[in-house]
Amino acid sequence: MKMTGAEIFLESLKKEGVKYIFGYPGGVVLGIFDLLYDNKDIQLILTRHEQGAVHAADGYARSTGKPGVALVTSGPGATNTVTGLATAYMDSIPVIVFSGQVPTALIGNDAFQEADIVGISRPCTKYNYLVKDVKELSLIIKQTFYIATSGRPGPVLVDLPKDVTVSKTEFTWPELNIRSYKPTYEGNKWMISQAAHLIAKSKKPVILAGGGVVLSGASKELKELAEYTEIPVTMTLMGLGSFPGTHSLSLGMPGMHGTYYANKAIQESDMLIGIGVRFDDRVTGKIDAFAPHAKIIHIDIDPTSIRKNVRVDIPIVGDVRRVLLVLNKILKEEVKEQWSEVRKAWLKQIDEWKRERPLTYTYSDEVIKPQFVVEKIYELTKGDAIIATEVGQNQMWTAQFYKFDKPRMWLTSGGLGTMGYGFPAAIGAQIAHPNKLVIDIAGDGSIQMNIQELATAIVHKLPVKVAILNNHYLGMVRQWQELFFNERYSYSELYSHVVPDFVKVAEAYGAVGFRAIKPSEVEPVLKEAFKIKKTVFMDFIIDWKEKVYPMVPAGAPIDQMLFEEPKEKAEKKLKAVK
Amino acid sequence: MRHTISLLVENKFGVLSRISGLFSGRGYNIESLSVGETIDPQISIMTIVTSGDDQIIEQITKQLNKLIDVIKVIDMTELDHVEREMVLIKVAPRHEDKAEVLRLAEIFRGRIVDSSQKTYTIEITGDEKKIEAIVELLKPMGIKEFVRTGKIAIAREGVKK
Ligand SMILES: Cc1cc2nc3c(=O)[nH]c(=O)nc-3n(C[C@H](O)[C@H](O)[C@H](O)COP(=O)(O)OP(=O)(O)OC[C@H]3O[C@@H](n4cnc5c(N)ncnc54)[C@H](O)[C@@H]3O)c2cc1C
Ligand SMILES: Cc1ncc(C[n+]2csc(CCOP(=O)(O)OP(=O)(O)O)c2C)c(N)n1
Repeated sequence: MKMTGAEIFLESLKKEGVKYIFGYPGGVVLGIFDLLYDNKDIQLILTRHEQGAVHAADGYARSTGKPGVALVTSGPGATNTVTGLATAYMDSIPVIVFSGQVPTALIGNDAFQEADIVGISRPCTKYNYLVKDVKELSLIIKQTFYIATSGRPGPVLVDLPKDVTVSKTEFTWPELNIRSYKPTYEGNKWMISQAAHLIAKSKKPVILAGGGVVLSGASKELKELAEYTEIPVTMTLMGLGSFPGTHSLSLGMPGMHGTYYANKAIQESDMLIGIGVRFDDRVTGKIDAFAPHAKIIHIDIDPTSIRKNVRVDIPIVGDVRRVLLVLNKILKEEVKEQWSEVRKAWLKQIDEWKRERPLTYTYSDEVIKPQFVVEKIYELTKGDAIIATEVGQNQMWTAQFYKFDKPRMWLTSGGLGTMGYGFPAAIGAQIAHPNKLVIDIAGDGSIQMNIQELATAIVHKLPVKVAILNNHYLGMVRQWQELFFNERYSYSELYSHVVPDFVKVAEAYGAVGFRAIKPSEVEPVLKEAFKIKKTVFMDFIIDWKEKVYPMVPAGAPIDQMLFEEPKEKAEKKLKAVK
Repeated sequence: MRHTISLLVENKFGVLSRISGLFSGRGYNIESLSVGETIDPQISIMTIVTSGDDQIIEQITKQLNKLIDVIKVIDMTELDHVEREMVLIKVAPRHEDKAEVLRLAEIFRGRIVDSSQKTYTIEITGDEKKIEAIVELLKPMGIKEFVRTGKIAIAREGVKK
């Protein structure tokens, strides 16, 4: 039977198991929207901005491991997806965007609402397509899902000219074979065995676990490795939840706002096992001074991640889970346990560092400390909530004070650092997990970047909770200005303790709004919010002077950290670093 | 160091911009790039001359390999190979230099592909040294226009460096 391109499009999505599309209509995609009107298999979630649609698809993907799908119109609809694509690209998230395009005959003519979105999105997608003939459509869609989700995952965009969606052809569901794209899943056995012997010999090893562990679904294998070899684990921002944050071997996050003991352990280590990490500069600090005594083993599915930033002694290209299965087997069967004694000294040293400088903040009875809010959220949810964040201090405080024990419960824009990501991502996650508690921990700046998505949450009856840590500043910017620009707070004050009134904004959309000004109000507000089955905004008026500590100034070695200390001392340290 | 990299790529719309975009987006040099179809019309071959230290070259080849449309990446510099480039040089010599231009063209096994009252256009094929040499010699005679194809390269059969 012949089908139109639009019909083939929906049939193909159904075959790929798509249940939800996040989208926004416009001229050239109205044909597809018309079919969605009475489609029983696929529901469209209408966001209030295309950026929101892509972040929602991203939140859906991160929280489920399945690809998230968005559908937008040509021109402005398509260009509005760019930030969402770039966000997903940097964090290796399988997001698929279908954009409408002007009819093929008009492409290149500056037609109404024409934008070269394939050209624009090329550097921020894993791959993209312009469909030129309806006959290629089903194959392209199949390839799209395969490319987005296999190897190192990433976003793919498919541009659909209007005439392609109306012309007809026979529907087929072809076999796949992309000769130029064959990801490597199995690690080189010899290299893995080299790694096993190095692990057995090392005296002060550290595991650095990243987003790749989450993407690979290798938490179980990672835990087995760490426990069997008694190696402490530090998790990058993207790796939080890949290893239990409450585990005695957990060092928390490393890097710029990482823990003292994670950074110390890396710097002192004689062996570092990077697993699904890309050694971002937020993690390594000054690259020449990073892990100076360590032999480095690096497991990554993408060869370009290896030796991009740091030297590597044993590179292993492959899927984390499959490599760890082999590694654990070799360790148990061929190498055998022989490290118990040496580990004792190392773990004792780490315990000392943990005691010397734990993560701290100064509690106050007068004014709400943001870390206190995060701690309370952790306490009340017992860690069993999907947590999204925006970008800035709110994100770092959450990373530090919420303990993630399981993967795919943590949605944050790490690589691009996209303000406005968290709220729509939380909406996408809530769609996928209607019965889970989903919370966006936000800053007053970031939340205003996609605040319109309140409407999406209300209309779809999504009980997403937003906890705004309101310091009426672009807090992270203000922190840098305080520390590095002589307290000249140039254009970073937002006055958002007055404009807007977040409680009223929430109410205007039909959500519930709460405000807490005193520390004693934090817990009651959170409890009430978590009880209500509705969208809730919580406006926590926090100590605007609060900073994120520890902090490694940009470009310094990661063990030269600033701590919460009297100001002069901090400044002295800063000078020493420069 | 300078490297000559050969790429087999899908002969598809947009592939060239994916490759040039990779170089510009990541700040890698392109000294020259040439593209053409192979015997199989679905596959094109590109020859790129680039430069960088070992780590950069390693990243370049890995990044190229990572592109979905790239079938194969060969760093020719690591193999024994032949490199060629063609140039077209339009010279406008003074009357007294005309004979010298023709003589040089002959020495370098060039061909005169066009001539007018005031100019000769010479076609020269060769490796870089040869091309540099004739350019140096022709410069004083008055080079009016100069175009080059960019390098192409092919591995020698059966020898490994
Ligand atoms: C304001 C701000 C501050 C920040 N501060 C910090 C900080 O202090 N500390 C910190 O850690 N981060 C920090 N970040 C985040 C940082 O920018 C990076 O996003 C993060 O460090 C990258 O994490 P990752 O190395 O785990 O890599 P990811 O970006 O998660 O990359 C995953 C890696 O795993 C590989 N991979 C994917 N799938 C597989 C598979 N199946 N098998 C094997 N490998 C796979 C990929 O190829 C890639 O190399 C901050 C971000 C912001 C916005
Ligand atoms: C879209 C975007 N624009 C600008 C920035 C730069 N930036 C990083 S953090 C930050 C401040 C964030 O302020 P807010 O959301 O109030 O959070 P806080 O740091 O106060 O918790 C800014 C402007 C960014 N990351 N994203």
